[in-house]
Amino acid sequence: MGLFNRLIAKVRGTSAASALDWKEIEVELLASDLGPHLVAELLEAAKKMRGEDAEAAIKEILRSKLSQRERALIAGGEQKVILVVGVNGTGKTTSVAKLAASLKSSGNSVILGAADTFRAAAVAQLQTWGERINVEVVSGKEGAEPAAVAFDSAKRASEEKCDYLIVDTAGRLHNKNDLMAELGKVKRVVEKVLPITEVLLVIDGTTGQNGLAQAKIFSEAVDVTGIIVTKLDGSARGGVALAIESALDIPIKFIGTGEGQGDFAAFEPDSYIDGLLA
Amino acid sequence: MFESLSSKFAGAFGALRSRGKISEKDIDAAVIDIRSALLDADVALEVVEEFTQKVGDKSLALLATLQAGSNQAQAIFDVVNQELTEILGGGARRIRFAKNPPTVIMLAGLQGAGKTTLAAKLAKFYKDQGETPILIASDLQRPNAVNQLQVVGQSVGVPVFAPEPGNGVGNPVRVAQDGIKFAQSKLHSMVIVDTAGRLGVDQELMQEAIAIRDAVSPQEIFFVVDAMIGQDAVRTAKAFQDGVGFDGVVLTKLDGDARGGAALSIASLTGKPIMFASTGEKISDFDIFYPERMASRILGMGDVATLAEQAKKAFDGDSAKKLEDKFAAGEDFTLDDFLEQLEAMSKMGSMGKLLGMLPGAGAMKKQIDNFDESEITRTKAIVQSMTPLERRDLKVLNGSRRARIALGSGRKVSEVNALADKFTAAQKMMKQMRNGGGMPQGMALPPGMPGLPPAPKKAAPIQKKKSKSGNPAKRALENG
Repeated sequence: MGLFNRLIAKVRGTSAASALDWKEIEVELLASDLGPHLVAELLEAAKKMRGEDAEAAIKEILRSKLSQRERALIAGGEQKVILVVGVNGTGKTTSVAKLAASLKSSGNSVILGAADTFRAAAVAQLQTWGERINVEVVSGKEGAEPAAVAFDSAKRASEEKCDYLIVDTAGRLHNKNDLMAELGKVKRVVEKVLPITEVLLVIDGTTGQNGLAQAKIFSEAVDVTGIIVTKLDGSARGGVALAIESALDIPIKFIGTGEGQGDFAAFEPDSYIDGLLA
Repeated sequence: MFESLSSKFAGAFGALRSRGKISEKDIDAAVIDIRSALLDADVALEVVEEFTQKVGDKSLALLATLQAGSNQAQAIFDVVNQELTEILGGGARRIRFAKNPPTVIMLAGLQGAGKTTLAAKLAKFYKDQGETPILIASDLQRPNAVNQLQVVGQSVGVPVFAPEPGNGVGNPVRVAQDGIKFAQSKLHSMVIVDTAGRLGVDQELMQEAIAIRDAVSPQEIFFVVDAMIGQDAVRTAKAFQDGVGFDGVVLTKLDGDARGGAALSIASLTGKPIMFASTGEKISDFDIFYPERMASRILGMGDVATLAEQAKKAFDGDSAKKLEDKFAAGEDFTLDDFLEQLEAMSKMGSMGKLLGMLPGAGAMKKQIDNFDESEITRTKAIVQSMTPLERRDLKVLNGSRRARIALGSGRKVSEVNALADKFTAAQKMMKQMRNGGGMPQGMALPPGMPGLPPAPKKAAPIQKKKSKSGNPAKRALENG
């Protein structure tokens, strides 16, 4: 029996056998990376509940923490530019490729910009993906100025009149001010050619409360419009995503669930909340 | 790293210290503060409970034995420090070397933990200690992981065994096996095997890791983990422990603002020591993990030991000796020496990181984060725009020289003036110290820093060259 059902049973007080201690529920909730504050709030609300509607009520509390904003990609004009950012190792390059594949399969023309010129072989990694999904990748030399590569890719996208340009950027820790400033530059330079319609922040589903700090600081630097939560195929439940939506009102737009190009989906609030408490 | 945790600890102890006499209630309150600080830092609840229980019990027991008036808060602080060090794994452990080389180290961990970069850092670390490592590219899953390993291997001058292109092609177990044979034939003393990132729950990949392990029988399996990982650290670490098993933990991305709860959780729950920590993107941003130092850092006591060690590494023996001799001989500390020091300092890493290791750094976090690293570059530019004479003797700086230096370095004259003033003041201070005045107040060297040589009995008279010409340009020519 999942945590959720046990929690409901506890609230209803129906089944003595499956009811567990509040303490145990706290442990389970904390294990989802919801963070101590949300967990405390949830427990307090649950303790006050009685009766049959407990299930709906608890789901409702969680749902009310989610952002009310639109979860589809922002429509924008004819040509749309998506900038993909995040800390190191969250799965940006893979997410860029998966997003490109999904946009392409729905009939859009896509170009990728390989502006991660820092990590060894990152450009090659994106190129390999580009070949797999048959999408053009604009790249510079390793160690090239990322803003220059981003600019070139925007130019190319503009010439080709393609529907989407997705720019992959180097992973950077959010507390490195100089690297965050570099990101701002990439954004400004691209906007000289085409307006950026969307900035997607990639967050590793196994990240803890640090994800909150990441989202906050990246938003301040480049105005994040949506989040991609990756690696949700493991045991992690990605509770920090809820904490982010609740604290910063940035919607999660996509989730990554595996290494294959198809392991990528639009975020579904209901199934996410079910998974959180599974 | 750990900043937020350390500032919360500081809050809890601040409350304790403000009490003249500590009651049981005060300890309870401090323990509650510590509990919430740890939870916010993503420490697993089990670990938090155990830790707070122990700290609470020990503090209460201690309180009974302490006399009023003695420093109770300090005693309790020591308890926490001790417990924290213990959880983090007690003393540091060195790796086990194979009786018959090569020593085999296998890396395992989740995707994106930073294994490939770490492989190169580890190779560099042991290469510097006289080993002859080789890297084996057994991550044949992630697109271009093999390529990445080759690039980072080359950058540290360590060969990479990569017979397969990767990207899903090739058998990683065979690559590992062949790699060991190759290493033996080439008499490499150490082999580091990079494997594909895998999720704890993925049975197939875990089987592959086990197959690689059985094929290469490593002396050490390191579990590489991102310091920003949340509560999943517990499940992941356990899955790896039950799956492929590991002997030690390596923490990556500790330069973020992650509060490092994962470090506490994993060390405590698996009983495996944290062996190394990676603290930046540069290959040199990597060191042995010292539990006692990390505990002091969490508690906001700074990490002077690491700072001193890095200083020793950066200031190579020769230049330090030269400076020492110069100082002992009573010669002036010149801008040339200063330049050398600036260069050594940039070798040690960013100023922000260095300052972060000082005691009380948590309180100045904002200033440290905003420290303008290019300030050093600018200062260097000013000094480099001076002639050798000017560097030796700042007194020759007249208006036209200052203007020339400003032009040459692209700075303002006022900046040249500021540097000259500051440097003259520093020189004066050093002279005072040498003449037995000791360190001026507030300038004490932190413990563990190499001390300055004793003042010579008779300071050699500082030679003052008398200028023959009143024309500064001419005078400069005479003096070179």
